[in-house]
Amino acid sequence: MVIFLFGLVPVAWSAVMSFQQNNLFSPNTPFVGLANYRQMLHDPVVGQAIEHTIVYTALFVPGTMLVGLFLAVAMNRKIRFINFYRTAAYATMAISTISEALVFIWLFEPTYGIVNYLFSLVGIPQQQFLSSTSEALYVIVIMTIWGWTGFAVVIYLAALQGIPAALTEAAAIDGAGRWATFRRITVPLLSPASLFLLVWLTINALQLFDEVYLATGGEGGPLNSTTVLVFYLYQQAFGGATFNFGYASAIAYFLFVIVIVVTAIQFRIGRRLVHYRS
Amino acid sequence: MTASATSAPAASAALPPRRRVRLPFSPWHLVLIPATIVLIFPFAWLLITSIETPAESLHFPPILTPHHLDFSNYPQALQAAPFGHFFVNSAIVAVTTVLANLVLCSLAGYAFARYRFVGRGLMFGLCMATLMVPFQVTMIPQYLITKWLGINLLSSVGINHIGALILPNAATAFGVFFLRQFFRTLPIEYEEAARVDGANRLVVFWRIVLPLSGPALSTLAALTFLDSWNNFLWPLIAINHTSAMTVPLGLATFQSAHSTHWTLLMAGNVMSLIPILIVFFAAQRYFVRSVAATGLSGV
Repeated sequence: MVIFLFGLVPVAWSAVMSFQQNNLFSPNTPFVGLANYRQMLHDPVVGQAIEHTIVYTALFVPGTMLVGLFLAVAMNRKIRFINFYRTAAYATMAISTISEALVFIWLFEPTYGIVNYLFSLVGIPQQQFLSSTSEALYVIVIMTIWGWTGFAVVIYLAALQGIPAALTEAAAIDGAGRWATFRRITVPLLSPASLFLLVWLTINALQLFDEVYLATGGEGGPLNSTTVLVFYLYQQAFGGATFNFGYASAIAYFLFVIVIVVTAIQFRIGRRLVHYRS
Repeated sequence: MTASATSAPAASAALPPRRRVRLPFSPWHLVLIPATIVLIFPFAWLLITSIETPAESLHFPPILTPHHLDFSNYPQALQAAPFGHFFVNSAIVAVTTVLANLVLCSLAGYAFARYRFVGRGLMFGLCMATLMVPFQVTMIPQYLITKWLGINLLSSVGINHIGALILPNAATAFGVFFLRQFFRTLPIEYEEAARVDGANRLVVFWRIVLPLSGPALSTLAALTFLDSWNNFLWPLIAINHTSAMTVPLGLATFQSAHSTHWTLLMAGNVMSLIPILIVFFAAQRYFVRSVAATGLSGV
């Protein structure tokens, strides 16, 4: 029942709404056909939002996977303090996006922030970071990679521990070096975990909202430079006084289609590249 | 995937330790110590700033070790915003959501796993379809439904009540699917034997199936708890009154009211982090196992 009420009904409802003119100024909600979708084509902010979403996803997903793989490989051994190292990575899973955003705004604060201080030590000029139209999105990328590290490490570590030592030992006996063993044995055996992370992180990246809202004071700024699709959707529906539900629903459906298409492509390519152990 | 493979620098991933040169310590410490510092530093810096005086925090170069510990930011932050209240709200929402999910998803999951009834395939298919839909697609209708329920049916599940944060998440398609898959792995002979001995279906479920499902239930509980506690977008839409705010939303509101008062903000931040970190460390095993389980079963 609950899933039906809050799962299925809204899907159909928002599909209907995306074809309606539905905002605070229209007491009855006339059907306007594809007008909402046509409006998207001519809305410059939608174009920007798509661009920012793509740039963000293209940096965040591989970045998180690389950091996660690297740390998981480093942590996949029994050495002293290993539990401490692992816990430090896992802890990033527990932190909420607002706590994360607050700390990173402070770390990257232009005047008193510690990152600018570290930059000054190595002679890099002071940066504006979140106050700069050209840097804000990248700060958000760094912030979210940090926030997802724990997740990626857990996934890769679990997969690494599922690889039987016999396989890598056999490769070593056959004369394979460490890099070759990693490249030819470990990485292919990790490919199911990699595909999972690729799909999961991409879905989350396309739906980025919290960090943008929180790190930019609810503005998506400066000057829309961090406005991603979901943020723009939120702004249209709840951000102003107009409650543009029709237009926002159209953006939501557009995003839905993108998510489905991207996921389907990833699975299709993935199926060819992933090695499942029989 | 292949991209991540080619550029990963750590080569000796899975070699057995016997081949390593004997150093007084493992060379991997040289990688792990800096990595851990980067991972922990935001937490540490947050804590340090929260016990600095405002003057110390607004100093360049930043002061890494405060000259004297100033805890006055904490009572000040508590005075400026009711963090205790946010915490109680979050706790009620998270615990109720977890309990509701355990009850509803396990019943529904068991029905899908073991019962034959008309429309089972269709209902399960529809349930799965909602897994694919991003929250943003459903959030506007969800807002309108919640508003309608609050006005016409029961005000405590309407807008600006914490019930609005519980009801839409009381059962999730993920939970139903996850538990159904688990129940199907249980040997059916136990249940059949109990039925032969005259137990009815609910008794079988309660006495046989649930006691065998500890790992799956704790996994679902851990994931639901974290999701509920850290949820931001839905509370942001559904809640405007301070009295019904959860910790993340309360902290965000606190931030916009004191945006440059860093010591105060960080004290508030520390207070909102401590409860969830305690829960996380206490149940770290379950959280880690849960996430690993979604990864291994996900594809």
